[in-house]
Amino acid sequence: MSAAETTTPKVPPTRHSSPPPGTGPGAGAEPAPASRPGKGRGGRMGGSAVPWALLAPTMLVLGLVMGYPLVRLVTLSLQVFGQPQLWGFKPAEWTGLDNYTSILGDGEFWQVVWRTVWFAGGAVVLTIALGMLIALLLQRVSPWVKTLVNIALVASWAMPVIVAVTVFKWMFDSDYGVLNWLISKLPGVDYDGHNWFATGPQGLTVIMLLVVWGAVPFVAITLGAGLTQVPKELEEAARLDGAGPLGIFRYVTLPILKPIIVMLTTLSVIWDMGVFPQVYLMRGGHPEPEFQLLTTYSYTKAFVVNDYGGGSAIALITVALLLGVVAVYMRQMLKIGEVE
Amino acid sequence: MKTSRLGYNTLGLLVFVTIGFPVYWMLNTAFKPAKDAIDPTPHFIPWPVSLDNFRRALSISDFWGPVGRSLIVSLSTVGIGLVVGLLAALAISRFAFRGRKIVIVGILAVQMVPLVAMIIPVFLLLNDLGQYDKLPGLILTYLTFILPFTVWTLRGFIVNIPKELEEAAMVDGCSRTGAFVRVVFPLLAPGLVATSIYGFIQAWNEYLYALMLLSQQHQTATVWLSNFTTQHGTEYAPMMAGSTMMAIPVVILFLLVQRKMAAGLTAGAVKG
Repeated sequence: MSAAETTTPKVPPTRHSSPPPGTGPGAGAEPAPASRPGKGRGGRMGGSAVPWALLAPTMLVLGLVMGYPLVRLVTLSLQVFGQPQLWGFKPAEWTGLDNYTSILGDGEFWQVVWRTVWFAGGAVVLTIALGMLIALLLQRVSPWVKTLVNIALVASWAMPVIVAVTVFKWMFDSDYGVLNWLISKLPGVDYDGHNWFATGPQGLTVIMLLVVWGAVPFVAITLGAGLTQVPKELEEAARLDGAGPLGIFRYVTLPILKPIIVMLTTLSVIWDMGVFPQVYLMRGGHPEPEFQLLTTYSYTKAFVVNDYGGGSAIALITVALLLGVVAVYMRQMLKIGEVE
Repeated sequence: MKTSRLGYNTLGLLVFVTIGFPVYWMLNTAFKPAKDAIDPTPHFIPWPVSLDNFRRALSISDFWGPVGRSLIVSLSTVGIGLVVGLLAALAISRFAFRGRKIVIVGILAVQMVPLVAMIIPVFLLLNDLGQYDKLPGLILTYLTFILPFTVWTLRGFIVNIPKELEEAAMVDGCSRTGAFVRVVFPLLAPGLVATSIYGFIQAWNEYLYALMLLSQQHQTATVWLSNFTTQHGTEYAPMMAGSTMMAIPVVILFLLVQRKMAAGLTAGAVKG
């Protein structure tokens, strides 16, 4: 019995129920329902010293482990900082925007940028589309099928990323992988010994599948919860007015789910642009040039080439690329009144 | 109508098989004899059931050391996060003060910074503090993602507790703190448990910081699994046994909280 159940027993959930919180760093950040009239700011309660005192420890910790490193990231990106500076033999040397100009002038960097956009974009579109289709499908199947699919969804959702990576590595193994065996069963196809990671695009597609497999359950379950909130009367009315299933989806379901979809899409973009262990581990800790995404590229620059300044600049460019998406996300949160 | 239901069910079963397959394949490989795992014709049923892969996984390199370290790091992170985060969650959900909105937006924004981008300065910070390769340093850095998550989730649980209950207690003579301890805290307890289990899972699964901030001798469980290679190259069957050992506790914990977390927020659809 959850806190909520005990405290609000008689009130039936209304539309726009929120999906489960806490599904990753972005977690609790889910769409939550309309506004909370009458609740809002705790008006009469307390002066302003108490809340700040309560907030102080959190701000102290976040200032140390988040604020300071962020500032350091910016200053590093303006410095020459390599092995000698790391060991303290030489002071860091300010170079202004040199790190940025050399990165932005580097053709390889732009290749990495496009590859990352292609990879993250593909993963997000696949995740949202498949999640939506599964959520819609679950409304139409028999209860026992629904239970089975839900079990599979929750099991794959719960899988630690590292475990998922090792399992996919095994399934796609060139010699003993079950996937090659399965594909070779198709008439006229021989995939025995096929190496999925011989080329970048194919290898990244496998990694994209892995990312999508891990992300679909959250999206499907969240959208499924959203779908239960679509009033039956609206669908009925649309049907009576002559709308087909597609029309109902387009003009009734989709507009109602839109806030949830915006949320899920922005979160997915942020998560998929931040994919690291999947690529890093699939390539045995040394991603080849054609496997580099912005995250691994920044890592390689810093910890393999020992150019911490350059690595920081790349990390900051990545964050800057994400700012637009974060802005959309925050606006949505403000709009639905979660942040009042 | 009958036939369309049949079609949907078939499609549903296809989805079940596709999504469930990796999990099934992990368990299947882990429990069958190692030589069956590398048979050119895959064995789809792990028969005879064998635990050899688990024994092998435990013997390849120290397993309990990394697991112990993962436990220490995850439990401490969650413990600190819970105490510190609860205070902050109370502040933003029960008090009105100037700057409250900025704090909320800040906590949301902090969750959006990709961890990978932070690894360079965090590494240098711990290096400077002499905390590289030390568990307290790692615990501190784990708070970057555990703390904002805890604050935000607990806030969600707290706003679901009607303020009227607290007010009633105060009318009856409880102090503010008394009202919290006697009324709010008991109602919040399930939320606290759910939040900490969820936080534990996140800390337990973390890989990048564990890899970068601890040396090989002090690796955690995730790094242990990722380093799973022997002189003979990668032995997949024991590796799947290792994966199973890593995944099972997490899946069980996840099952425990998944519904509770959902219920907490679904009921929260009607706040006040």
